[in-house]
Amino acid sequence: MATRYFGVAMKRREDPRFITGRGTYVDDLALPGLVYAAMVRSPHAHARIKAIHKEKALQHPGVIAVFTGKDMVDSGVKSLPCGWLLPGMKLPPHYPMAVDKVRHVGEIVAVVIAQDRYTAEDAAELVEVEYEPLPAVADGAKALQPGAPAVHDEAPDNVCFRWSIGDREKTDEAFRRAHRTVKVELVNQRLIPNAIEPRAAMAQYNPATDEYTLWVTSQNPHVHRLLLAAFVLGIPEHKLRVISPDVGGGFGSKIFVYPEETIVTWATKQVGRPVKWTARRRESFVSDAHGRDHITEAELAVDEKGKILGMRVKTIANLGAYLSTFAPAIPTYLYGTLLSGQYEIPTIYCEVTGVFTHTTPVDAYRGAGRPEATYVVERLMDVMARELGEDPAEFRRKNFIPPDKFPYQTPVALQYDSGNYEGALNKALEVIRYKELRQQQEELRKQGRYIGIGFSCYIEACGIAPSQVVGSLGAQAGLWESALVRVHPTGKVTVYTGSHTHGQGHETAFAQIVADELGIPIEDVEIIHGDTGSVPFGMGTYGSRSAPVGGSAIVLSLQKIKEKARKIAAHLLEAAEEDVVFEDGKFYVKGVPDRFKTFQEVALQAYLAHNYPPGLEPGLEASSFYDPKNFTFPFGTHIAVVDVDPETGKVKILRYVAVDDAGRIINPLIAEGQVHGGIAQGIGQALLEGAVYDENAQLLSASLLDYALPRADDLPSFEIDHTVTPCPHNPLGVKGIGETGTIAATAAVVNAVMDALTPFGIRHIDMPLTPEKIWRAIREARAA
Amino acid sequence: MKVPVTVTVNGQVYQREVEPRLLLVHFIREVLGLTGTHVGCDTSQCGACVVLMDGKAVKSCTVFAVQADGAQITTIEGLARNGQLHPLQEGFWEMHGLQCGFCTPGMILAAYDLLQRNPNPTDEEIRHALEGNYCRCTGYHNIVRAVRYAAEKLRVQA
Ligand code: FES
Ligand code: FES
Repeated sequence: MATRYFGVAMKRREDPRFITGRGTYVDDLALPGLVYAAMVRSPHAHARIKAIHKEKALQHPGVIAVFTGKDMVDSGVKSLPCGWLLPGMKLPPHYPMAVDKVRHVGEIVAVVIAQDRYTAEDAAELVEVEYEPLPAVADGAKALQPGAPAVHDEAPDNVCFRWSIGDREKTDEAFRRAHRTVKVELVNQRLIPNAIEPRAAMAQYNPATDEYTLWVTSQNPHVHRLLLAAFVLGIPEHKLRVISPDVGGGFGSKIFVYPEETIVTWATKQVGRPVKWTARRRESFVSDAHGRDHITEAELAVDEKGKILGMRVKTIANLGAYLSTFAPAIPTYLYGTLLSGQYEIPTIYCEVTGVFTHTTPVDAYRGAGRPEATYVVERLMDVMARELGEDPAEFRRKNFIPPDKFPYQTPVALQYDSGNYEGALNKALEVIRYKELRQQQEELRKQGRYIGIGFSCYIEACGIAPSQVVGSLGAQAGLWESALVRVHPTGKVTVYTGSHTHGQGHETAFAQIVADELGIPIEDVEIIHGDTGSVPFGMGTYGSRSAPVGGSAIVLSLQKIKEKARKIAAHLLEAAEEDVVFEDGKFYVKGVPDRFKTFQEVALQAYLAHNYPPGLEPGLEASSFYDPKNFTFPFGTHIAVVDVDPETGKVKILRYVAVDDAGRIINPLIAEGQVHGGIAQGIGQALLEGAVYDENAQLLSASLLDYALPRADDLPSFEIDHTVTPCPHNPLGVKGIGETGTIAATAAVVNAVMDALTPFGIRHIDMPLTPEKIWRAIREARAA
Repeated sequence: MKVPVTVTVNGQVYQREVEPRLLLVHFIREVLGLTGTHVGCDTSQCGACVVLMDGKAVKSCTVFAVQADGAQITTIEGLARNGQLHPLQEGFWEMHGLQCGFCTPGMILAAYDLLQRNPNPTDEEIRHALEGNYCRCTGYHNIVRAVRYAAEKLRVQA
């Protein structure tokens, strides 16, 4: 069939509503009788709650109710569940509001419901909470020290889990045989996601039908519904409808089931009015799940020829005060399994300790474990190349998994499906004009200017699957995706996808797939998502799964539609089914293209069922649940070129080249946009962002004044290119592109800065590479 | 204690009684029901709330509704004329200058202000002018292209 839409850089169909102010985000919604919730949050990182006095708040005009954690628990509300369990893991309860103790700054202790936003916030200040402050710890390594304050009685040593992957003995042996080894100590600092739309939730209860509706900023409304209904609130699943309308960015932070939506869903029944809560930014800082926060010791061993013999990694992963929905998976299965990178590494051993601290819970943030792994691998590669005096590109090339070794089994569980790593590296080198650049670097150094070139040859694993495997690793969910394709009598099509778009452009990209497969104009296709009332149970969007898993589910349904339509067409054409060809929206008998039935005619007949194949059911719709055979493995090379001013320590990114391979690309415009956004977040981590807690576990970087999100003038324009190695095991040949930028960029930028600082003998500085840190490092190096 | 205000928004005159502390952004969103103007922060950092007040970009979370008494406000809803998108709206669409769309209204109106002052900005000037508007999705690359597109289009039209 002629491809008409797949691969075309179409502008997005969702944009008209956003550029004219007609989007519908949760906070835009209002209902008759709506009242507002304001959360009373703990100012302490760790304290016993001695008493909560509601009276003053209740007396405030306009206040409808005040509830505490005890009120919720007494009415039967349960702990928020954790969706990934590791063997031997400690799982202390996490109630939507604290009951006896608070364990991080910002934990909710009470909620005030009032007639309007301002009144609710005023009254929240009138709730008097008596606290007995207790010692607190924010740092993952310090929390492991003897005598550190325990976050939970269930884990007196603050250890949630100890996890390992790979072969320890074999790896130790490789290090004993090694010609050369290097070791780095890396802090992958805590990040705060900061989607520009703050989280929000609005809930309504109808006593006549006993039904609840929850509008929530969710990347996965069905998961929200299941967990809230079945695990926390005890609502029959079919009596809770969850709608996630337009959502203003997620980056992981809107996957999880949070206290706030739980509270409003519960409270709406108590007060008999619809209730809305919208986070203020300062609440986002302390309550959105944070990302990263690893402390790592990593070693690499090579032989005489510079071929890698083994890798050893030890990581402390700070999980925060409670286990967020998927927290245990991130620093384990999404991290340790990625440590082989693009390289042939005969043996790897990785040990991770998951630690509780008195901080906001940590969970998936764009990339989720994979950026942390890539940072370890790519920093090690650079440090080793420098140690050996080899060019960092050539050292990588020498150790790449060659194209003829796919499928490739790594020593850390994954089996890579396909790849051509040298292809991407070569292309990136060509785009950046590597040789010239190195010469230029030499010359500039003589003039006292320090530019640096940094590589990141990354691998990503996305569309995590199949369900059976993830189940065996501890996931409490399947990781397939659903799609229902409904063809209407006029041949127009509505697709209900279990994926959720919060910026990724599914309404365009998915429609491109559908229009092509059915040979109909794209205007005839509507994509619906984000409503458990109409969409079949779906797993949602995270981990770059929408195209490879969600898109594939749509293809499966389309195949079923075409099969049935062909039967109907064969009947209308009075031909044998096998002889009927479907091309460009027309069914015809092989060799007789001018006697045809259009897709629309067939659709109509499916609903009339007058002139119809005997025994065939009327109607034309199909649903599918696609469970992939494997992850998909996008890869690529990113190169950053930076200029470091030795007098001020300021880093300027001169160029940024990204060559990504995400298989076949549905819409290059959207795919490039995803790469841009990912790179921006990766650069943000490398140079600007970082959560800062003080000794008492107070979050110091708790506003946009104190937490440096990348601004337009912090970033360069990006040079984007790609190679195409189709995914061999899904029907579209697509991989995933949503996280590649974030996974690659951090290491590329840090490697570039370290390359620039080589003449000073500086080997490593922890992120974010602020001017101050660099300036200090240079000063110390000069003094030494 | 409420006070009367008269504000013209997108050409329409609204007379309302408001609390003196009511922010202009909440007046626009909740009193008038124009939800295209967004709120992304509480420290006047993000720019999601930018509107034009008497032709100039302001962060409507830093203005009280009473301060807008007698003012002419343009929000994103009022930018297209006679069903014709403004070149900035067109540019953001053409150049894929938005993903989730949350920052977009503020971004477009901040860029509007820039192009009024500087019809032919360099990329650097665009980046500098949009410093007060955060976008977490796009990495700004395509936003810069979108503004450039609009600048060119407006120059041709002029
Ligand atoms: S809402 Fe963030 S600047 Fe106004
Ligand atoms: S498009 Fe999402 S914040 Fe800019």
